[in-house]
Amino acid sequence: MAVLVLAEHNNAALNDATAKTVAAAQAFGGDIDVLVAGHNAKAAADAAAKLAGVRKVIHVEGEAFSHALAEAVEALVVPMMSGYDAFFAPATTTGKNVAPRIAAKLDVMQISEITKVVDTSTFERPIYAGNAIMTVKSADAKKVVTVRATAFQAAAGAGSASVESAAAPAGPFKATFVSEELQKSDRPELASAKRVVSGGRALASAEQFDQYILPLADKLGAGVGASRAAVDAGYAPNDFQVGQTGKVVAPELYIAIGISGAIQHLAGMKDSKIIVAINKDEEAPIFQIADYALVGDLFKIVPELTSKL
Amino acid sequence: MKVLVPVKRVIDPNVRPRVKADGSGVDLANIKMAMNPFCEIAVEEAVRMKEKGVVTEIVLVSIGPAQAQETIRIGLAMGGDRGILVQTDVAVEPLAVAKILAKIVEAEQPGLVITGKQAIDDDANQTGQMLAALLGWPQGAFASAVAMDGEKLKVTREVDGGLQTVSLSLPAVVTTDLRLNEPRFASLPNIMKAKKKPIETKSPADYGVDVTPRLTVVKVAEPKKREAGEKVADVDALIAKLKSVGAI
Repeated sequence: MAVLVLAEHNNAALNDATAKTVAAAQAFGGDIDVLVAGHNAKAAADAAAKLAGVRKVIHVEGEAFSHALAEAVEALVVPMMSGYDAFFAPATTTGKNVAPRIAAKLDVMQISEITKVVDTSTFERPIYAGNAIMTVKSADAKKVVTVRATAFQAAAGAGSASVESAAAPAGPFKATFVSEELQKSDRPELASAKRVVSGGRALASAEQFDQYILPLADKLGAGVGASRAAVDAGYAPNDFQVGQTGKVVAPELYIAIGISGAIQHLAGMKDSKIIVAINKDEEAPIFQIADYALVGDLFKIVPELTSKL
Repeated sequence: MKVLVPVKRVIDPNVRPRVKADGSGVDLANIKMAMNPFCEIAVEEAVRMKEKGVVTEIVLVSIGPAQAQETIRIGLAMGGDRGILVQTDVAVEPLAVAKILAKIVEAEQPGLVITGKQAIDDDANQTGQMLAALLGWPQGAFASAVAMDGEKLKVTREVDGGLQTVSLSLPAVVTTDLRLNEPRFASLPNIMKAKKKPIETKSPADYGVDVTPRLTVVKVAEPKKREAGEKVADVDALIAKLKSVGAI
């Protein structure tokens, strides 16, 4: 049995989600090959070769792969799958974009965002925004799976797999990359940060979000998140959004500030190890899942907390 | 240009889903149903494109039980022109939905398909991408902005690190993210008008698609409950607690 894992990377470095997807593939079993398709991505391929339990890394170079265009990745992966029993991709926006195309071409019903591998055809995954956990058994000969990274412990970095080059499929493709606007920040990446400080609608403006949330996050060396309400109101950029339709995080410490705790938000952070909630509304649903609840005015509490840490 | 917009009937997003005691699924008996919120955004985008003169006709498709006709009516009241109901009582999986939609696309020849990025019941996030692959079309998934750019469609996508813009040749599939637009409420006169708009009823067999599920539900369970912790009096007490558990 063999599994092909799609690596998530930015060409220069391997994203943490890759090691966690490899861990899910290990739970599935069999030989694990990691596909690093990129542009000038040798560093990412070398990093993938160090993951424990990887048989080999397949490194494919092509301009269309510099931004992981779904059409190009589909053309690359579908012919490769004759040699594999399963395709695992992290449930990042890249994996979610690409995997269903591969599944459709293989005539396989994809299993999205698994949180547990039960056996080689049975998986657990959250449905209804995490309000229910479904166990499903696939009747397809090959499995196409996306992996919720926070549900798995990263594979160790102790391996020494070989790196093979493979040819990129010939273009042109019907989609082309135009531009990207990535948030530049020295803060830890939200999805893999050990600590996260999140702000909600109670911050009331983008200026106050920056003024109150960012200093606390920096003091703690934390990633910054936001509720959907705060993002929709324009207080924080969209890639800060924690929740079922945003990012799912499970840090060691999650501090929710001025967040009421809509189901949508809870689905994205309730697996955090320790949850602190600061909210003036004693009845806020966030308090039902918080380990430590501090009821009061965030505009007084947060500066005090920042200064005393 | 003709646009096809698939719409799914799901549990109302304001209703909290309850897992059935026997673990067979989520209880939908006597539960308020609604159009999937991401599908509403898809309909809205199509209507806005029609208002801009880019789109000439909006065809809505729903695959589901007889009541899915109500979901199509909502879309017609928002500005859709006609509907196709592919009626079945099977819970059709995204792969089979994509296959049916591909057949409808063959017959209708739209220049664009706009789908929601995911349905809030199964949270699969697959149908639009699968449809694009089956048709050999390009896709702009998780769109937060869509604009015609000469013969091409420019789609800004919400990705993990921020935003990515791609240029698609048409025909293409776009899937909607939350911030693409804010869907309108259908006005009463438009709801009345929508009652007269045509809805054609078909079956999966009419399209030659086998909708037998590939996935068997072994069980559906409540997620692990997280207990509420304790209230702390002030910032000092909070810091002391966090220190005592080694969180800071």
